[in-house]
Amino acid sequence: MKYKSQKVAYWFFAFSMLLLVLQIIYGFIMGFAHMGYDGLHNIIPFNTARAVHTNLLVVWLLSGFMGAAYYIIPEEAEVELVNVKLAYIQLITLALVGVTAIIGYHFNYWEGRKFLEIPRPLDWLVVANVLTFLGIILVTLYKGKKRTTTAMVLTMGLVFAALLYLPGMIWFDNQTMDSFFRWWVVHLWVEGVWELIMGGILAFLLIKITGVDREVIEKWLYVIVGLTFISGILGTGHHYYYIGVGKVWLIVGGIFSALEPLAFLAMALFAIAMYRKGEKKHPNKIALSWTLGTAIVSFVGAGLLGLAHTLPQVNMYTHGTLVTAMHGHLAFWGAYGMIVFSFISYALPNLTGRNLFDSNTGQLAFWLSNIGMLGMTVAFGVAGVAQVYLERKVGIEFGEVQKEIEVHFLVLVICATMFATGVSLFIYEFK
Amino acid sequence: MLSKSQAKVFFLGGTIVTFIIFLGLSWHSLSSEVPKRTHEENLSAKVIRGKVLWEKNNCMGCHTILGEGAYYAPELTKVYERRGEGYITAVLTTKAPWQPRGRKMVAYGFSATDAADLIGFLKWIGETDLNGFPPKPAYKK
Repeated sequence: MKYKSQKVAYWFFAFSMLLLVLQIIYGFIMGFAHMGYDGLHNIIPFNTARAVHTNLLVVWLLSGFMGAAYYIIPEEAEVELVNVKLAYIQLITLALVGVTAIIGYHFNYWEGRKFLEIPRPLDWLVVANVLTFLGIILVTLYKGKKRTTTAMVLTMGLVFAALLYLPGMIWFDNQTMDSFFRWWVVHLWVEGVWELIMGGILAFLLIKITGVDREVIEKWLYVIVGLTFISGILGTGHHYYYIGVGKVWLIVGGIFSALEPLAFLAMALFAIAMYRKGEKKHPNKIALSWTLGTAIVSFVGAGLLGLAHTLPQVNMYTHGTLVTAMHGHLAFWGAYGMIVFSFISYALPNLTGRNLFDSNTGQLAFWLSNIGMLGMTVAFGVAGVAQVYLERKVGIEFGEVQKEIEVHFLVLVICATMFATGVSLFIYEFK
Repeated sequence: MLSKSQAKVFFLGGTIVTFIIFLGLSWHSLSSEVPKRTHEENLSAKVIRGKVLWEKNNCMGCHTILGEGAYYAPELTKVYERRGEGYITAVLTTKAPWQPRGRKMVAYGFSATDAADLIGFLKWIGETDLNGFPPKPAYKK
């Protein structure tokens, strides 16, 4: 740790991990409900568990990104954060807004718009919070000695993420319009600007871990984020096939979203090539595992499994089925969950002074969580494909099909237990 | 060999060009396609009240509509055509939990007016032109 103010990142990571644990608990509630064991229905009905599960995901990832930014920006700009106290206040208010929203979901205080369930009055607090965060980052960069490409790409991702939150706050009477702009937030976040954040963090880690020349790494960073936007912006069209807009999106969305895996492929090849090229061998083997892991698993989960159902001819059948959950889980884990884990593995030893570089617990955490998540993805995939054929091809009624596929949720819960064990070990190791 | 500044031009240029095309296509869709395909003239106060209720109770937390939402309960875009008004009213107004095959729905116990508003919303959305979604089961006898 070169700058004292980087310490604030520790608490963002701690908050992030706390929310992840809660997210997993609510995930189990849903897994059991799908199996037919919905004993908590009266207190936590499925729609509550679902809203809590997905919103906690968004907030723990954002908290992880914010922590990473508070760590990276001082080191890249070569200056302390301008206001550390404000950064702590920002964390506390983020926690308060998050907790209020999550409690509200248990008392019917929400807006039923997938991923954007936070009620609009609370949205304004989220906006104020994110503006505070961006203010600290931007002023620090402005006052800094250097403005590196890595820092600029990361900051650009964070600024665009904040701007893109706004279309989701507009009210529309027409459900099609509502859905159209909801994807401006959700799709352009996860298949657009969040990839800038991921790319920025990945570039920083590769520079530190492999010792490859910054100019080389940052050149390829531009290529990767270029591929991301060229495919991802028009790729939004894959959400517009069947929501009440015209056929042009079938063509545009089909072609450009089919190109989206290229950005993730580039990211995977980039990470591996830099690792091979690097002469410096950083002792932090755990951080290296996670860094290479995130580049590869994101290609499989976000790239390939997305491609599997992105063409309109396929999506006609898989749209709105468990196939989406299959892709969603490995994509979010591989691209965003794992990049946060990579960064924590790299930063925590520096923040705490403990050399947690290559312990058995750390490696076990890596393998258990990844194998567990792969197993979950397979379980969702089998359930999803069975659902698609039975319901959409054979025409068996929804509920009857759900009975047929209950058993796959037993497999899901077993794999999720393995995943949760891995995550617990990770948190135990880095507490 | 590609230089860093060329890579930067690729990134900025590609982003700007695709974003402009995206805005153009969005404008075209929203201004001329959506009003016709969604029959915006039928978007009455009742339908809008139905949409408010739909969101207020997070129906999307279990069901899908336009194929979007959660996968715990049936897709509802065409539910009006599939089940009819009587069936849906019964589900929405009952005070006992509706539980087909044991899978429970929250017992909302909506008033008759609220149920009628929600049904208005579901009827309206069922008439939207969705490019053939949901597909007709090919092997159904």
